[in-house]
Amino acid sequence: MLKAESVIAMGLMGLSVYFMYHALVLPIGWVEFAGPGGGAFPFWLSGIMLLASGAILIRSLRSAAPSEPFFDPDTRRAVLSVCIALVVTIALLPIVGAYVAIPLFMIWYLAIYGGHGWKLTAILSVSVPTFLFFFFEVTLKILLPKGITEPLFIPLYAIFF
Amino acid sequence: MDIFPLLAEGFATSLSPLNIFIVLIGVTVGLFIGAMPGLGSVNGVAIVLPLTFVVPPASAIILLCAIYYGAMYGGAVSSILLGIPGASTAVATTFDGRPMAQKGEAGLALIAAAVASFIGGTISVILFTAFAIPLADLALAFGPAEEFALVLLAFTTFVGLGGDDALKTIVMICLGLVLSTVGLDLISGQPRLIFGDLPGFYSGISFLVLAIGVYGIGEILYTIETSKKSPTVTAAKITFSELGAGLRRMNKLWKTMSMGSFLGFFVGMLPAAGATPAALMAYGIARTTSKKSENFGKGEIEGVAAPETANNAASTGSLLPMLTLGIPGSPTTALLLGGMVMWGLVPGPMLFIEQPDFVWGMISSLYTANVAAVLINLALIPLFVWALRMPFTVLCSVVVVLCIVGGFAPSQKIHDVWLIAAFGILGYILRKADYPLAPLVLALVLGPLMEKSFRQSLVMEQGNVFVFVERPLSATFMVLALIFFLLPLLKYLKKPAKKPVAVK
Repeated sequence: MLKAESVIAMGLMGLSVYFMYHALVLPIGWVEFAGPGGGAFPFWLSGIMLLASGAILIRSLRSAAPSEPFFDPDTRRAVLSVCIALVVTIALLPIVGAYVAIPLFMIWYLAIYGGHGWKLTAILSVSVPTFLFFFFEVTLKILLPKGITEPLFIPLYAIFF
Repeated sequence: MDIFPLLAEGFATSLSPLNIFIVLIGVTVGLFIGAMPGLGSVNGVAIVLPLTFVVPPASAIILLCAIYYGAMYGGAVSSILLGIPGASTAVATTFDGRPMAQKGEAGLALIAAAVASFIGGTISVILFTAFAIPLADLALAFGPAEEFALVLLAFTTFVGLGGDDALKTIVMICLGLVLSTVGLDLISGQPRLIFGDLPGFYSGISFLVLAIGVYGIGEILYTIETSKKSPTVTAAKITFSELGAGLRRMNKLWKTMSMGSFLGFFVGMLPAAGATPAALMAYGIARTTSKKSENFGKGEIEGVAAPETANNAASTGSLLPMLTLGIPGSPTTALLLGGMVMWGLVPGPMLFIEQPDFVWGMISSLYTANVAAVLINLALIPLFVWALRMPFTVLCSVVVVLCIVGGFAPSQKIHDVWLIAAFGILGYILRKADYPLAPLVLALVLGPLMEKSFRQSLVMEQGNVFVFVERPLSATFMVLALIFFLLPLLKYLKKPAKKPVAVK
């Protein structure tokens, strides 16, 4: 089986090649009397990254496998579920808006994942979005995404703006 | 140049009612962030930075500095009460702080940490004030060639002195620099690395997005994994008689505390070193030079005082190169630098000439923040004991929400929020595989300066590469950079000779 160290080194090598491919859009060579072209910095730095991660890969292939698994089996599920919840919340932001997505995330995190009581969950998932509304929208005039809930905010805008 | 009138004017700024209020809020927030296991000054500054648009730049930097300062004090609290460092900078404080708490001297250990932090902070702020103008004057002679050489030197210190795997450090520096080139080319103005014409990449990748991703989301994931069970909190109360006794004990430790302050200040100035190694070094020196060295590790007050003076002094030390040269000395100061650029201020020597109110307001706020931190720290100890019992899930959920909203607010693009999630998960995996994150963040912040100065000097010299070694200052930096870069190689070459001895 491949070690996590080798997999990560290979991933970084792939990333470097991907960057090098995209950097080719601009000249990567030496422009006479002006120094390197616009693509030179990203291209050659990705090149160094490719060499260094290649060296890490070689070193990792030659060394013995570690005794412990890379992801702690006891907490792997916890980390993964928080990652999924994060992705779902961001995906929901432009559709249902921040004031639905964020309370949903907090209810999931506190009540279902954290096992806290409904009282604490309710207090936090109401007070945090309320704070966000007054801080960002009212004080800073930065509008958070609302999605389909936009019409509900029109009366609030009328009060605060 | 006369420092005192400038400093006095700075105090006029920092002692205004608004700024005193801001210092008090910043220090309190910083203390809590520092006291929470897993969250340190860099996480606090990354999460709070998007919220600073509400106040003018001079107050915003005072707020962030106060958080930075408060977090340095707060780190000791969980080191002592939980036995888990509140921030990596407080690792050395657990060595003797935890045993003291177990012996029932938690209150004394907390007093020692607070007083030592205050001494370290005060001595280093005085050093800072004294060195700021000479260093800024020196930096005025810098051209693009010197700037490039200095940035290169900053990166090579990570390779040579960072203590992490040299290859992995190089990978992270290159990754940060490549990410910094995303967007429009500085000189020709053409788009590059926009990955299939994604419009979100035209404006580049903001340092804030990387910082919130890595230090907000990534840190939370890392903490979820490492904190399986909640540890036990040692109760602590502080009475006035204890405070008096603590102060008398501390009065005998002047030698240790001044050693820690000076060491911390100078180690903190180096980009790769910073507060964590400074605290460990101070602990080591205190143990070898102390008359009671056999008590170290068993709950010796000197073992708390030494690292706590050093880490506070180092946090001030790392502000010095950021403010005078524009080269940050730590990831936290890299974020402060990024914030200043965002507010339209360019850190570096010109700032001292063009924005004296800002510079001296900030420097004088370090004095007020230091006084505020020691008082609030001692006053709020019962509250910390209570807060450390708070379930971690409550804090985590609020931090994740702040990361999402804080990432969205500056640019108002969902694109940036996706990047935060990606950087968070990637940062978490890379950190687990022992890739250092500080050089990544520093490279993203310094990348544009590095490329601009390199290409500017070549355009000015019509493509003559030797410009970097022809100017004396730049040549000095280049030689130092080369030495640091070759250090790991020398260690590697020496290793095989030693190996047979190490085999059991």
